Amino acid sequence: MQVAPAVEIRHLAKSYRRGGQVVPVLTDITLDIQRGEFTALMGPSGSGKSTLLNLIAGIDKPDSGVLRVAGLDITTLNEGELADWRARNVGFIFQFYNLMPVLSAYENVELPLTLTNLSRAERRDRVEFTLGMVGLADRMDHHPSELSGGQQQRVAIARAVITDPQLIVADEPTGDLDRQSAADILAMLQRLNAELGTTIVMVTHDAQAAKTARRLVHLEKGELIVEPRVT
Amino acid sequence: MHALKLILRNALRHKIRTGLTVFGLFVAVLAYGLLQTVIDAWYAGAAAASKTRLITRSSISLAFTLPISYEARIKGVEGVTTVARSTWFGGIYKEPKNFFPQFAVSGNYLDLYGEFLLPDAERQAWMRDRRGALIGRQLANQYGFKVGDVIPLRGSIYQGEWQFVVRGIFDGADDTKITRHMLFHWEYLNEWLAQRPARRANQTGVFIVGIDAPERAADVSRKVDGLFENSVAETLTETETAFQLAFVAMSNEIIAAIRVVSYVVILIILAVMANTMAMSARERTAEYATLKALGFGPGFIALLLFGESLAICAVGGGAGLWATPHAAAAFKQTAGSIFPIFAVSQATVIAQALCAATVGVTAAIVPAVQAARVRIVEGLRAVG
Repeated sequence: MQVAPAVEIRHLAKSYRRGGQVVPVLTDITLDIQRGEFTALMGPSGSGKSTLLNLIAGIDKPDSGVLRVAGLDITTLNEGELADWRARNVGFIFQFYNLMPVLSAYENVELPLTLTNLSRAERRDRVEFTLGMVGLADRMDHHPSELSGGQQQRVAIARAVITDPQLIVADEPTGDLDRQSAADILAMLQRLNAELGTTIVMVTHDAQAAKTARRLVHLEKGELIVEPRVT
Repeated sequence: MHALKLILRNALRHKIRTGLTVFGLFVAVLAYGLLQTVIDAWYAGAAAASKTRLITRSSISLAFTLPISYEARIKGVEGVTTVARSTWFGGIYKEPKNFFPQFAVSGNYLDLYGEFLLPDAERQAWMRDRRGALIGRQLANQYGFKVGDVIPLRGSIYQGEWQFVVRGIFDGADDTKITRHMLFHWEYLNEWLAQRPARRANQTGVFIVGIDAPERAADVSRKVDGLFENSVAETLTETETAFQLAFVAMSNEIIAAIRVVSYVVILIILAVMANTMAMSARERTAEYATLKALGFGPGFIALLLFGESLAICAVGGGAGLWATPHAAAAFKQTAGSIFPIFAVSQATVIAQALCAATVGVTAAIVPAVQAARVRIVEGLRAVG
């Protein structure tokens, strides 16, 4: 029996309305991302790569086309169902980390788990393990303002993987980091992909960062122009 | 648990802003409570009025007196138990600012006012002394009067220098009774009037009519007034409550203004609170979008804002509630001559709490709805 791709996109289109004008962002995108694949979406500004990532992550809706994640057509889900689906299946890594500034590293990582039925003790075990995995076991009680950019992004990675999602979406995860921190973060994503087999889709405009991925997908003016598969 | 943590920590994010909002709420709830207490104080006399006492006065105006010959005829009305006389004296103690009410009353006056407690010995001493006076405890405390003291009054209606000897001090049966007045013998005033040529003797300001059952008040009033229909001095008999309210009605515009101001104070703090919550929600748009991306629903986002708003209102409103009785006590110390009864009622406390809660909920409605509806993609682009 053939296993469904992690992400299956068919004839996907998305446009925005700006000042009464309809601006197409994505036109007729067809793409498969296999389970366990680490894919980099590249392209110039305005090419639609972040829009495609948002659609894959279920935080935006396409105008037309089919978008299946692990066999489920998420375009048919309503807002509430999409929220539940994201909580169970998607981990998010943002360019500016998007941590809750009033919560400690521990509490930020624990946040997605509060939507599950795990007990307090189970949550604690998982959070401590995951923060240890990203090298922040000794910074659990620190608030984001007390952490460096690289450390904050590591907290964000821990938050993204804490629920063991099928898919991790990363939008310019190294865009706000210095070279060394960026390299550390990319290495960590690579390790997650290799060791846990998590499917990762990363948007980046940094060619160096894109090399970390096993596959590159180029977008230009809303169209998929080349799709070399890295082996 | 996480929601509570987020609510409390978000509330403390901008300490100065939250502090100022809490202070504003404190002042508003306190001001509202004090203004409502002022209104209550205005009605205190009416609230303490007895249902078994009627007041018979001239139907033209209180400024007109009634002949004491009416007394016997009123006594003859079925349901009437006692009839006492009372005349407003209007004397000045040293300075006009030292205002307190004085009444020339008949000896049986206190029989109708069981809520004023006077030792028998002092009542006997008063009955024996033509110039004797009885004073209430609040009045005695205010000026330090004690039994045996002479109170000099300068008559404004009954012009001349008057001297009264304190023969007794009466207490109120409870804290709601006003005891800031002085009683002296109606006969003493009448003797003085009899010696004057203006023929003002043998008159009384009002008759206080005791009845045997409150439900007979309307019937007795009608019968009493019927006795004097088409006479030179027609009467108007009403319950003591109605009589007191007629005085309050003279200040209706002032009371209405105070009431309006008390509501305006709440409206102002509502606007301030709504602004605070709107600013907070706008600054955290990206955070709310992140929470939604992580799977938290719009209800959770709304809960955070309502919770924060209510938490701020609970602290500010709670402080206001706590401070109101203390402020009222201080106000009574300085303005006791105007409002002898100035106590924060339970109804006022409940109204204050409701105002604070209403402000908390109302101020958060628009920001909460906007935050709950924020589109994730747009919210993530927002700069706080």
